[in-house]
Amino acid sequence: MATGTTPSSDRGVFTPGRAAITARHLRTDKWWLSPLVSAIALTIFVVYATWRAFANGDYYSAPYVSPLYSPCLASNCTDMNGGADWHIFGSWWGLSPALLVLVFPLGFRLTCYYYRKAYYRGFWLSPPACAVAEPHATYSGETRFPLILQNVHRYFFYLALVVAAILTYDVVLAFRDRDGNWGHAGLGTLVFVVNIALIWAYTLSCHSCRHIIGGKLRHFSAHPVRYRLWGWVGVLNGRHMLLAWSSLVSVGLADLYVYLVASGAFDDPRFF
Amino acid sequence: MTHTAHFRVWRGDADGGGLQDYDVEVNDGEVVLDIIHRLQATQAADLAVRWNCKAGKCGSCSAEVNGRPRLMCMTRMSVFQPEETVTVTPLRAFPVIRDLVTDVSFNYAKARQVPAFVPPKGVAAGEYRMQQVDVERSQEFRKCIECFLCQDTCHVVRDHEENKPAFAGPRFLMRIAELDMHPLDAAADQGLTRAASAQEDHGLGYCNITKCCTEVCPEHIKITDNALIPLKERAVDRKYDPLVWLGNKIRRREG
Repeated sequence: MATGTTPSSDRGVFTPGRAAITARHLRTDKWWLSPLVSAIALTIFVVYATWRAFANGDYYSAPYVSPLYSPCLASNCTDMNGGADWHIFGSWWGLSPALLVLVFPLGFRLTCYYYRKAYYRGFWLSPPACAVAEPHATYSGETRFPLILQNVHRYFFYLALVVAAILTYDVVLAFRDRDGNWGHAGLGTLVFVVNIALIWAYTLSCHSCRHIIGGKLRHFSAHPVRYRLWGWVGVLNGRHMLLAWSSLVSVGLADLYVYLVASGAFDDPRFF
Repeated sequence: MTHTAHFRVWRGDADGGGLQDYDVEVNDGEVVLDIIHRLQATQAADLAVRWNCKAGKCGSCSAEVNGRPRLMCMTRMSVFQPEETVTVTPLRAFPVIRDLVTDVSFNYAKARQVPAFVPPKGVAAGEYRMQQVDVERSQEFRKCIECFLCQDTCHVVRDHEENKPAFAGPRFLMRIAELDMHPLDAAADQGLTRAASAQEDHGLGYCNITKCCTEVCPEHIKITDNALIPLKERAVDRKYDPLVWLGNKIRRREG
């Protein structure tokens, strides 16, 4: 029999009886690159979004409202000239109004099946990559609190539909000029149109959407319309990762655009 | 063209072992399994390896090549640089028997725990009729060749031996999804809710959908997107969706 060393641990791939290999993994490719990039990109967005959410300023420059601040539900919102500033929370709310609404898209993305993969791998290293041993001594997955709450994803999907509808309303309003006259568009309008297209594509590509629209059926032949819709959502669903990242970037850029215009860094170029 | 490749192959058994170095001839068009066979023929006559079809259809020659779970017969030598060391080990999630052969009986035990297809009442074998659109989702999962690479790479059991009793693994959760989506399966008539059972009895909640099973599947079955996530959503229907729960109480739902 061949000789070799005996692993020091007795867990996971080092469990007695399995092939005695001292290395936690034998991968020779850049397996660490993807989780590292995911973790860095998500961290950048979280830091940026946290700063902007708590900033409570420079989120409106007619006719544009930052997607992080819409709908604006507290009385301390800037007047938005026909926009989604519905002060249903009244004046008792003294913090940034963004905090009232960001919980919905945040919850949607936090429980998203793609983002779960990204942060389980990138942050929690569970696992860091395929066939690379994770560092944790025990693992219960999504069987217990709090991760069992990932099962509420579909409810955040419903709420995300409402948020996407409101953001669509904001995009329609972006076809006005600064004084509220219709039939105008600027660079910001284009940014908003691209952003809302990506948000809708990401929202509708959701796995819960795919299930609700038709995946739950056992007899597609009895539901031809839902079968057709399921097929379309399936096409989007195949690009869920791409849409998750591109919509995340577009939301950040749309907010950044509004911030730059509202803070006077530059004027919104008008097309017509 | 022929070149000499440097191989490291794990040799040993359950009591111990290690990686052994070999220099082996490689010819154009060959796969890793060809090289292992050449090793057997020229340098290591007692090297144990399980193989059968050499066509990626029997699922026998599963191993880990440079740390990645692969079928040796479907891993072309041309993907490696000539000077690159190629490391071949047995599957690291299962007990080793000898050299590259592992004991995969865990999977057969799990297979037996999944209740079989339940024929609809009054329909005899040979009388099953169903429309293609209804059955094609299940058919994707029937491509499985049971190579158990997905079971091997799944960190739930690979990194946590203690989870093996509770977790069926992606292959058998996919089997449950296949049956739950089958247009004629009548398990519900016998009181078996497969989706709820997947979570309660077969450990679906352990899956954190990190997609390694999909990455390694040699049949390119979208295990996570088409089986595990839909099964999770179906479990949510049964266990966490008050609207569906209420609907089921008011009237019987037949999708």
